[in-house]
Amino acid sequence: MRVLVCVKRVPMTGGRIVLTEDAQEIDTAHLGFTISPHEECGIEEAARLIEAHGGESVVLTLGAAEAEEQLRDAMALGIDRALHLDSEGSEWDGQATAEAITNAIRAEEAASGTFDLVFFGNESADAGGFQVGIRVAHALGRPCVTGLKGIAVEGSGVRCEQEVPGGRDVYRIPFPAIVTVKEGLNLPHYPSVPAKLRAQRQPVDTATPARQEQRLRKLRLVVPESRGKRAEVLGEGPAAAERVVEVLREIGVA
Amino acid sequence: MRALVVIERLADGVDELSLQALAFGRGLAGGPDVHALAVGEGGADLAPLLGAHGVSEVHVAEHEAFVSYAPPAVARAVVDLVERLSPGLVLAAGSDRGNEVLARAAAMVELPFAANCVDATTGDPLRVTRQRWGGSLLEEAELAGAPALLTVAPHVVAAAPVDGAEATVDTFTPTLSPDELAVRVVEHVRAEAAGVSLSDANVVVSGGRGTGSAEGFAVLEELAELLRGAVGCSRAVTMAGWRPHTDQVGQTGTKIAPDIYIACGISGATQHMAGCKGAKKILAINVDPEASIMASADYAVIGDLREVVPAVSAEIRKARGT
Ligand SMILES: Cc1cc2nc3c(=O)[nH]c(=O)nc-3n(C[C@H](O)[C@H](O)[C@H](O)COP(=O)(O)OP(=O)(O)OC[C@H]3O[C@@H](n4cnc5c(N)ncnc54)[C@H](O)[C@@H]3O)c2cc1C
Ligand SMILES: Nc1ncnc2c1ncn2[C@@H]1O[C@H](COP(=O)(O)O)[C@@H](O)[C@H]1O
Repeated sequence: MRVLVCVKRVPMTGGRIVLTEDAQEIDTAHLGFTISPHEECGIEEAARLIEAHGGESVVLTLGAAEAEEQLRDAMALGIDRALHLDSEGSEWDGQATAEAITNAIRAEEAASGTFDLVFFGNESADAGGFQVGIRVAHALGRPCVTGLKGIAVEGSGVRCEQEVPGGRDVYRIPFPAIVTVKEGLNLPHYPSVPAKLRAQRQPVDTATPARQEQRLRKLRLVVPESRGKRAEVLGEGPAAAERVVEVLREIGVA
Repeated sequence: MRALVVIERLADGVDELSLQALAFGRGLAGGPDVHALAVGEGGADLAPLLGAHGVSEVHVAEHEAFVSYAPPAVARAVVDLVERLSPGLVLAAGSDRGNEVLARAAAMVELPFAANCVDATTGDPLRVTRQRWGGSLLEEAELAGAPALLTVAPHVVAAAPVDGAEATVDTFTPTLSPDELAVRVVEHVRAEAAGVSLSDANVVVSGGRGTGSAEGFAVLEELAELLRGAVGCSRAVTMAGWRPHTDQVGQTGTKIAPDIYIACGISGATQHMAGCKGAKKILAINVDPEASIMASADYAVIGDLREVVPAVSAEIRKARGT
């Protein structure tokens, strides 16, 4: 079986978001980088599927040169090989991203065979576009189920579970298929030191797709106004309990 | 401008978020030319309700595909209407299904799609303000092409009935390809009912890395029970395996809106706060008076949660005389 996972490098913001002066990006001078927890679950699932069924897993990202870090992180978690689409720095909109990924999948499949499954996050951590996986599925003419919290291979397809109010909805789709997943699908493991070292030596193929015209054009970013106050300190330690209960009463919950 | 709003139906009416999307779309359309799409049998029964929310015409897509949720089929119904009505705007709620259906429709008509908008201004091109990072950051953007496809972020506008007449009803059958019939809900597994659910609870007592262990949650469970609330947690906790992901509050967890959120040993990362910004009040219990959460909390207790939380429970019992 062949499986692909698509991930996006994003800054790991802490308690407060600070923008660059031109308000085009988050100021990342003091930040580390990561991927969405949804995509981490995609990586974990892909690695487990290949361990169980044999075959090959591949991770793909469209991003700046530094995004190689996220590809190596994925390989440390058990992915065999990486494809890096160089975005030459800037973020691409959902349509342009989907087109670049679709073309890369076509090229990769022509060389090495069809991917039975392609994993996407339900939404990217930063842009939250809710669309790249669906657009790729449409372009490739493949069935797609979104927001999965459960997946199981059944014959030549997959059974997919989605969390909905009151329970879970089930879909069954044949390979080759596209799925978008959410955190909670599985509990990703931490990479071992030998796996991290091995990942440094694993192959990363690079391509530079042409950047399409942006049709959802970002003008600027804005940090929403905070509540603009600091918390009222009710006290220190257990001695604060009495004040806390007074407040709970005022709110009407105690 | 003509607007088309995709409605999500409930067994007994219309989802609240769809009514919010209707209010948003009506404001943006700037006139009475508001159409709605409701798929499946019985859609016509919604005409009085939708009319009261400003819909002039409700289009009911009928097809055996619609007995259960079939996302590509719904998207095809949207595209059929786009071709027939030439709306300037197509909207849906920023729910899982709303985002999915509009993304699919956008792929079919090869147009951009803006998810989770909080504001929009008509013009050529249409300008939107939309949520990134689960609402911790906003983006102003232009949307090229017509119609503009967008979803409305939950709870940014209130549903607003108007003195509308009953909507007229148009029934149609979308032309669905076999591919569009292939992806559909084939089974529903019901969850076993378990106490107060996190998303509906009036009180949520939540623990972060500061709880120290799975056992560290016992004091939180005790307080939650006394307040008839639910227990939540941060991602540091789910990653450590101390609680299931279903308890996680945040950008990639559950979004909650309780009367009070009691955050114990949680630092207040933006991705966590994205899940509880709907809380009416936030109480932070933290050893660190400089923790980020102090900037979004209403109340704070500085101290060790392992001492503070049991003391609060004891005080409640004392007051109740139990
Ligand atoms: C894309 C993305 C999505 C994410 N989604 C989510 C999400 O949905 N939900 C989520 O929670 N996180 C999410 N995160 C992770 C988030 O960035 C933080 O890492 C996480 O919320 C930190 O959890 P924490 O506050 O429990 O831990 P920490 O940041 O380690 O904070 C622990 C706090 O406990 C306090 N403390 C320690 N001991 C005690 C004690 N005995 N008594 C009282 N206080 C004590 C400390 O002072 C500190 O403030 C996401 C991250 C990314 C990048
Ligand atoms: N630049 C990118 N490179 C690789 N995958 C991406 C990229 N952008 C988005 N994706 C994938 O598409 C999913 C949905 O993204 P979005 O439509 O932006 O919410 C993400 O979770 C990723 O799996």
